[in-house]
Amino acid sequence: MNGDFWGLPVNVWIIFAAAVVTYATRVGGHMMLSRMRSIPPRVDAALNAVPAAVLATLVAPAAVSNGSAEAITLAVCLVIGLRLPMMGMFAIGWALVVALRAWGL
Amino acid sequence: MSPSRTDFLTGVRASVPIVAASAPFALLFGALAVDNGLSVGEAVLMSALLFAGASQMVGLELFSSGIAPWIIVFSVFAVNFRHVLYSAALGRRMGLMPGWRKAVAFFFLTDPQYASAETRADGGKPLSFAWYMGMAVPIYLFWVLGGFLGAVFGRLITDPEAIGLDALLPIYFLGLVLGFRQRSGWLPVVIASGLASIAAYHTVGSPWHVSLGALAGVIVAVLLPPVPDTAGSAPAAREEAS
Repeated sequence: MNGDFWGLPVNVWIIFAAAVVTYATRVGGHMMLSRMRSIPPRVDAALNAVPAAVLATLVAPAAVSNGSAEAITLAVCLVIGLRLPMMGMFAIGWALVVALRAWGL
Repeated sequence: MSPSRTDFLTGVRASVPIVAASAPFALLFGALAVDNGLSVGEAVLMSALLFAGASQMVGLELFSSGIAPWIIVFSVFAVNFRHVLYSAALGRRMGLMPGWRKAVAFFFLTDPQYASAETRADGGKPLSFAWYMGMAVPIYLFWVLGGFLGAVFGRLITDPEAIGLDALLPIYFLGLVLGFRQRSGWLPVVIASGLASIAAYHTVGSPWHVSLGALAGVIVAVLLPPVPDTAGSAPAAREEAS
């Protein structure tokens, strides 16, 4: 995107606006919830499910859509991740995906 | 050492694997930014002000396609919408922080920051501002520095796929998902979110699969029979149960 607007490149204005909406998502949830006096058990259960629910959506499509090397790697990581700590699983997964791709998958 | 200094250093220690895991993406972002027509300064500005990797990558893809500015901003908002849920979930546990500190802390609310904060609160340790910033500041500084170095030296990484860079984020997120497996309802929630996100990815398309998939998992959690005194429940809920 080219051109200036009020002395700044349009790209910079886009970045400013993107920064504002990003910060809004980071404070927004808390601001909405802090208006409630106490948290009902169902809402609490919903919030406790948030991390696994969101993070799973960042994994599942990659496992089925990005080719067989990534699919095999994530399946293996799922198994070893139940036994090994995070960094061990991460290192093995990285090595495995590079090896599978070098092998032609 | 004062308790806040100890907390800060504990946070710094917790940041080390995140800094290592995010460094390739910081570099990759800088390299792709310059590739997509941003200046080095604009790439650094974007890393410094957004501090949200996935949305920065999506933003870049749109910058190069000459799309209307409001669509770029809206796409960034859509990718980052999951932070609304993080913010609501974590706000319950930030009771120790006064208002302005909370406002600062929320700026640094990334996926790993959120996951680590929840894990720390699960372990019964205080979610203090010192610990939180001890973790957030190194991640932030290395993220911005990596973006700068990537923008300057980006052409050196000629084939990110050959060295598996593009596959690292899903592996990392899988590790985070597994870290929450002690929570009640974890398996049905993960299965529902995973299946719904795949379905949404192939129908509505990215980035909506994140919000729609997460919504499916959260709905399952609400519909499951409530379990009193679960590992992941907030202090407020424990008081109500007892």
